[in-house]
Amino acid sequence: MPVAEPTQDEAMQQQSNRSLTKKLWWFVVGAFAFGWALVPLYDVLCSVTGYGSKKELLVAAHAAERIDMNRWVNVEFISSVPTVGEWDFGPEQTEIKVHPGQLYEATFHAKNLRAQPVVAQAIPSIAPNPATQYFRKTDCFCFTPQKFEANQQRELKVRFFVDPSLPPNIDRVTLGYAIFDVPQTQVAYVN
Amino acid sequence: MSASHTHDTHAAGHDDHGPMKGWRRWFYATNHKDIGSMYLIFSLVMFLTGGAMAMVIRAELLKPGMQFVDPGFFNSMTTMHALIMVFGAVMPAFTGLANWMIPLQVGAPDMALPRMNNLSFWILPFAFSLLLLTLLVPGGSPAGGWTLYPPLVLQTGDAFPMAIFAVHLMGASSIMGAINVIVTIMNMRAPGMTLLKMPLFVWTWLITAYLLIAVMPVLAGAVTMLLTDHYFGTSFFNAAGGGDPVMFQHIFWFFGHPEVYIMILPAFGVVSEIIPTFSRKPLFGYDAMVYATASIAFLSFIVWAHHMFTTGMPLVGEMFFMLSTMLIAIPTGVKVFNWTATMWKGSISFETPMLFSLSFLFLFTIGGFSGLMLAIAPADFQYHDTYFVVAHFHYVLVPGAIFSLMAATYYWLPKWTGHMYNEKLGKLHFWLSTIFVNVLFFPQHFLGLAGMPRRIPDYSTQFADWNFVSSIGGFCFGLTQLLFVYNIVSCVRGGVKASDKVWDDATPHGLEWTVSSPAPYHSFEVPPEVK
Repeated sequence: MPVAEPTQDEAMQQQSNRSLTKKLWWFVVGAFAFGWALVPLYDVLCSVTGYGSKKELLVAAHAAERIDMNRWVNVEFISSVPTVGEWDFGPEQTEIKVHPGQLYEATFHAKNLRAQPVVAQAIPSIAPNPATQYFRKTDCFCFTPQKFEANQQRELKVRFFVDPSLPPNIDRVTLGYAIFDVPQTQVAYVN
Repeated sequence: MSASHTHDTHAAGHDDHGPMKGWRRWFYATNHKDIGSMYLIFSLVMFLTGGAMAMVIRAELLKPGMQFVDPGFFNSMTTMHALIMVFGAVMPAFTGLANWMIPLQVGAPDMALPRMNNLSFWILPFAFSLLLLTLLVPGGSPAGGWTLYPPLVLQTGDAFPMAIFAVHLMGASSIMGAINVIVTIMNMRAPGMTLLKMPLFVWTWLITAYLLIAVMPVLAGAVTMLLTDHYFGTSFFNAAGGGDPVMFQHIFWFFGHPEVYIMILPAFGVVSEIIPTFSRKPLFGYDAMVYATASIAFLSFIVWAHHMFTTGMPLVGEMFFMLSTMLIAIPTGVKVFNWTATMWKGSISFETPMLFSLSFLFLFTIGGFSGLMLAIAPADFQYHDTYFVVAHFHYVLVPGAIFSLMAATYYWLPKWTGHMYNEKLGKLHFWLSTIFVNVLFFPQHFLGLAGMPRRIPDYSTQFADWNFVSSIGGFCFGLTQLLFVYNIVSCVRGGVKASDKVWDDATPHGLEWTVSSPAPYHSFEVPPEVK
């Protein structure tokens, strides 16, 4: 069966199909790149708006300006572990009463239940959400990764104060920590 | 016209290659009709597979307490049901319709890129074999929900990389299908068919195809990040390494919200073809329909975070996403009113495709309204992750997308096969489907408002009655679909001969009705002239 040579019209058609297809593939490549660009963009957006910024959460003010002795705020401590059986992790005291502006220290205990050493990172979260920016940690075990030997138990400290400008309607703040294993590839870097 | 002259001289070289024999016809297929049929059959098989999984879910939820499956497997079923229905049933079915109908509706001899067309179809059986094989591996199928949220999804067993690669393959297939659609529509239209003369099904698919190539690569990026977090120690979504799991939700829904319009815009196109035919009037407000579709597509990119109101967004973010979401109701309302106005004073007849389209019109609108309720940020804190959400998206996807696919099947089946389907059986299928889809999903609104969470295998006894009703509706709806399969199979095998025009439409619109029934293997080798 003889195959007909493409006519001029058909050749032109194929040419324009190819060129549009090429453009569309570039569009796809661009969309794929955009998906990855969302990762740094997300951080940029967080730092521009200041919302959820790691800086806000980690850097505490130098010292309290004034201590409000007339006000009491309940600070609760909670903990969670992602996988049952790997950690024994919790606060030494579940709740303390604090004066805004005064420095306090709380202790958590953590035990690595596994038979091998592990590097862990505690991630803080504060509830209710509007209280986050008024809860100042001056030093915290969550600032750095923590190394645990097999079955080692350690006490972990956090020093904090509550900013006196905490909105008056908030009388109870919960500080929670979740403890995670640092991925193996980053452990070398930590050490 | 010179084009017709050049065609006459070389048509001789083309005229006698009909379909190849045996399996080669399908494996080496480059004909848009063959590939379209394969897509449609594939999606029907996946619809029944995903449907069977839904039956497992409804059987477990028939009564409170654990009856048939363990909770892990139950979660696998909800996850797999969603992945299969979204990527295996609805999307390939619309791509199948696009393959069959777009060349016929724009007067092109075939799709622009026939070999890529072959590849984009044949990837799919591999993708879904990979996904279904996860049922057999240690740790079971993915069970963290189709949204694949980390860190939960990272706990998937050996199935994890299989599911990710399956999603990659599905994405590659849809991207190639979409590129093919765009090139066909932009370059292969018959002389005289300007963009604003194209049938609405073609228009909605053109816009859908652009959505696909814009967001499927973003999904591919997001699941690749999951893969590297799991195996290569990166921390995109790992808080301990400086990442943020909420970021996954942002990236996922940047894909996910346009994705829901990918599943519904072609449905709008189908309904915009069928309602004018059976109202015997041209579509009311054609231009407005085109612009409304484009507006919906644009808005779909700026509303994604309404899926994540409860992640603790700033108030200004909640306001923005709430209001932009509500804005979508305007172009959607334009569409609903235009369809209604098309029927106004029309001489309407109620064949099966029209019945399914009317049911689409009513029930999709219910899904749209419950969507508006969910868009209200303060209210969403109550509805989030409850059965109200399940009811909402099933109303827009089942009597929405799926009913439009059934309408399209009945509408164009005579053109594809050359036979009329059994009208009585079609109507029976319609009535049973419409009744039972409501028995199935309407009570889920009540369950959600009363606080029943989604993705749970067992529930508090206060939810027992409506779950029982919903399950009965589910089983009946599932069984009803066997009528659909039977009707299609018997229509392919034989039946009353269909005329070229097929439907008794006073003002036939669309070039597909100018070719014979069944549509010849090669059509429009000489481009038709559109006035």
